[in-house]
Order: sequence, then structure tokens, then C-alpha cells
Amino acid sequence: MKFLKKGEESLHIAATFIITLLVWEAAVRLFHVRPFVLPAPSAIFSEFLVAPGYLARNALYTLYSTLFGFALAVIIGFALAVAIVHSRLLERTLYPYLILLNSIPKVALAPLFVMWLGVGIEPKVAIALMIAVFSIVIDTILGLRSVDPDMLSLAKASRASQWHILFKIRLPNALPSMFAGMKVGIAFALVGAIVGEFVAGQVGLGAMIMQAQGSFDSARAFAAIVLLAVMGTVLFYLVELAERLCLPWHTSQRGQKGSDVLVHI
Amino acid sequence: MMHATAIVERPAPVLPLVEIDHVGVTYTSSRGSVEALRNVRLDLREGEFVSILGPSGCGKSTLLKLVAGLERPTSGQVKVAGKALSGPPEGLGIVLQRDVLLDWRTVLDNVLLVAEFQKRDLNALRPAAHKILERFGLDAFADRHPWELSGGMRQRASICRALLTDPSLLLMDEPFGALDAMTRDDLNLELARLWQETRKTVLFITHSIAEAVFLSDRIAVMSRNPGQIVEIIDVDLPRPRSLALRESNAFTAYTKRIRTIFTQLGVLKEG
Repeated sequence: MKFLKKGEESLHIAATFIITLLVWEAAVRLFHVRPFVLPAPSAIFSEFLVAPGYLARNALYTLYSTLFGFALAVIIGFALAVAIVHSRLLERTLYPYLILLNSIPKVALAPLFVMWLGVGIEPKVAIALMIAVFSIVIDTILGLRSVDPDMLSLAKASRASQWHILFKIRLPNALPSMFAGMKVGIAFALVGAIVGEFVAGQVGLGAMIMQAQGSFDSARAFAAIVLLAVMGTVLFYLVELAERLCLPWHTSQRGQKGSDVLVHI
Repeated sequence: MMHATAIVERPAPVLPLVEIDHVGVTYTSSRGSVEALRNVRLDLREGEFVSILGPSGCGKSTLLKLVAGLERPTSGQVKVAGKALSGPPEGLGIVLQRDVLLDWRTVLDNVLLVAEFQKRDLNALRPAAHKILERFGLDAFADRHPWELSGGMRQRASICRALLTDPSLLLMDEPFGALDAMTRDDLNLELARLWQETRKTVLFITHSIAEAVFLSDRIAVMSRNPGQIVEIIDVDLPRPRSLALRESNAFTAYTKRIRTIFTQLGVLKEG
């Protein structure tokens, strides 16, 4: 019964998608829209057939900068959050600067990174990291701080070490909001990688879009956007999958299991 | 020839396990200072069940935090096992009003948590954990998560967690305050039975007169503003105690006496 319903749902999603494409295709042909304004879906699709290797190479490059930047953002963001939560001094000194830095439109810093790090993959990774790290730091701090004070009293009265309190209580408690930060962060990392490619470089989907712009090749730009959309969506769901695997206990994940709550014996 | 004078063997003077010695607590903030506790004196002998009974805001939870070594008194001192506290003493068992079980751990792993904090050998303790869960009717739920349990079961699990390390002093801060009346009765009975078997030293915080009389050897009655002990009452009721005892004249004489104290203090106002 449940399965049927789920199948029905995906059917609806697929149907909506196909109808949209058909209407798009028909409109472009019917009204003779010029290809550089809006290419037909068939024209975009044919890009994948014409230059699959070229697209794949650029997509992999962007994927690589995104994942590298994201991984660094998770590690650095996490370390910063733990440091800020554990040290009054760092909280007073580091945190305001983090907020200040976060208030700057980070895209504006991209050219600087190119000047510092060159035109290779390094500035892309660095920009991806810089844009993704804030949501991870801020949500991790929130998670580490939102420990039940009664739980802390219990731990302290039981003579738990700071280490135990961090690893057995604060960290698991912070995981749900860390994942919330990472879900925002992965999308931001992709933005960062593209911004880096816009500013400088020959490879990557961002660079591909810039080159397509130069030759008024909208179909190719759209092909890159399709790849970006797919990549962003898949990355988001991968983080969500990791969340599901790590947090089967969390309220947001309980679903069916939570509904058969036991009654008093 | 033996001398005729009988040599009376006098029992060694038993030191109280907990000594709360002229303790005062004053909180100072920018808005001025608030006296939370004034001149509190109370000793707990080993194996004694003592309740602190008082209205909300009388500082009874502060008192428990002092004994747990989580707070320091402004004046006076708290000693556990003869030593003045500079932090949480060894051998505490803690049960709070909220069970604070960790959602990501199974019931069994939650029960093992305090033992983990104290770096005990968990493999050796696991059978004991099952046994204690069984005693509280929870062994079938050892592998469940806290959110699958009712409030009463969760509080039972938190009591198991406190007992597993075999604490010499059990501190309970309104442990049944958030439960429905029937579950509360049930847990009162279980706690009374448990105490009967183990004779642990218990400091029990409550605002329920009946609960205090039912469970305790002695009751320290507190008033507020500032929090102080106004009377210490010995409860001389037979053990083991049953719920039916609560309807007896002896029992109601105690509850009436305590109610009168609160009425005179103006804590309870009657028409």
C-alpha cells in the first residue's frame, strides 16, 4: 500500500517533468524562439551527445573542487566550533570576526583568491571552503551549546571528564544541527567552486559557461546548468543519506518507528 | 577474677555521611543580591532516607546541588564522608526531575552512561545492568531507545542509571514531579521497596507532603525567602510501608502537622 503510494508520487514528479519539457520544446518551435535566447530541450540534450567527454571532464573538475572545499569546510568548521565553544577567549575574539567575515559578500573576495593562489584548482577550493564554512561553524556551535543543562549537571556530578562530556554528550547532541549546516554548506560549496571558475581558469562547468557566453552558445550553457542542477541535488541527498545513517534516533528521522511508541507497562 | 563492673561496649560514634553545616547561599548580580539559603544545618546518617520538603523557590534544589558539589556555599560548609567538598564527591547517584536520557543511546547504554563516565569495566557491568533493568521491569526494553518509552519507564531507566554504580549516596531532585499521579504512586512504592533492600543513604527533594511522609525517615521542612529549614520531623511509621498506610491515622497525623507548618508560614493559604 505504502509502496504503491510512493510509486504514484514518483510517477507524478516524472509526468510533470516530461510535460514541462514538451511544452518548452513545442513553444520554442512554434514561436521560432532564437536559440541563443532559449534553446529547445532537444538542442540541450544533443550537447550531451556531441561532446560527452568535454562535459564530463568539466563536471568532474567542478565536482572535485566542490567536494574538496566542502570536506575542508567540514573539518575546519568543526574545529573552529569546538574551539569557540570551549574557550571564552576564542568566543570573544574569533566569533565576532567570523560574523564580520560572513557579512562580506564572499563573491567579492574571489578575485583576491585568484591573485593569491593562481588560476589552478586552489582558488576554487578556497572559495568553496570560505563560502561553505560559515553555515557549518554557526550550526555546529548552536548544536554544541544546546545541551540540556540537567544532562551537564548529571555528568559533572558523576565526575565525567571534559573529554567524555564532549564526545559522549555534546558531539552526538550537535550532530543534527551539524547536518543542517552541512546541507546548506554543500550547496554553498558548489556556488563557491563555480564563482572561482567564473573568475579565472579554463576548466570546470563555470568556465564552460563563460566560454559558451563568449560564443553565444546558449545550448552549451544550459547543458552546464543541467549538470550543475543534477550535481547539486545529488550532493544534497548524499548529505541527507549520511544524516539518515548517522541519526536514526533523531526526531526528524523516526517516521514510522516513532508512531508505535510503547504505552506504559 | 573478673571485675564485677560490666564492660559496656559502646558503639563507635557513627559519623554522618553528609554534614550540611551552617550553610548559606547568596547570589549576587547587578540587580542586587538574593539570599537563597540561610543557615541550613542538616546531617544525613548512613542508611537514612531524608526528604527536603518545601514550596518552589525555597532553595531545595540549590541544597541538592551543594551536596552534589556542583555549587559552593557562600558561608558554612558541606562535608561528605568527613571531607569538605571542593567538587562532586565520589559515589554519587543522581536522579533529576527530568530523566535526561540520551536519545541516541539504547536504554541499556543509557543505564551504562554514568559507569562509562567513571571509567568502569563496562563488560563486567553489563549483566548487572540487565539485572537492575529487570528489577524495574525494563529488561525487555534494554535495546529500545528512550523515545519509545513512556514517562514512567524513562524515569525508571534513569533510576537504574543512578543505581548501577552502587552509589553510597543517592540524590533525588523531585524525581517523580513530572509523572502522573498513578505512575508516581507506583514509583513511590518501588523506591520504598528498593530502599528497604539496599538501605542506601538518600537525599530526596520533593514538594509533595504525602510523598515525603511515605518515603522518609526524617523530613526537613523548608520555608522560602530566604530558604531555611524550619523544622526537622522524624517519621516514625512502620516499614515496609504500603500505599494503604497513607489512609491510616498515624500517616495523616504527619501530613496534617506538616500542612499546619506551611499554613502558619503562609505558604498554604486556606479560605
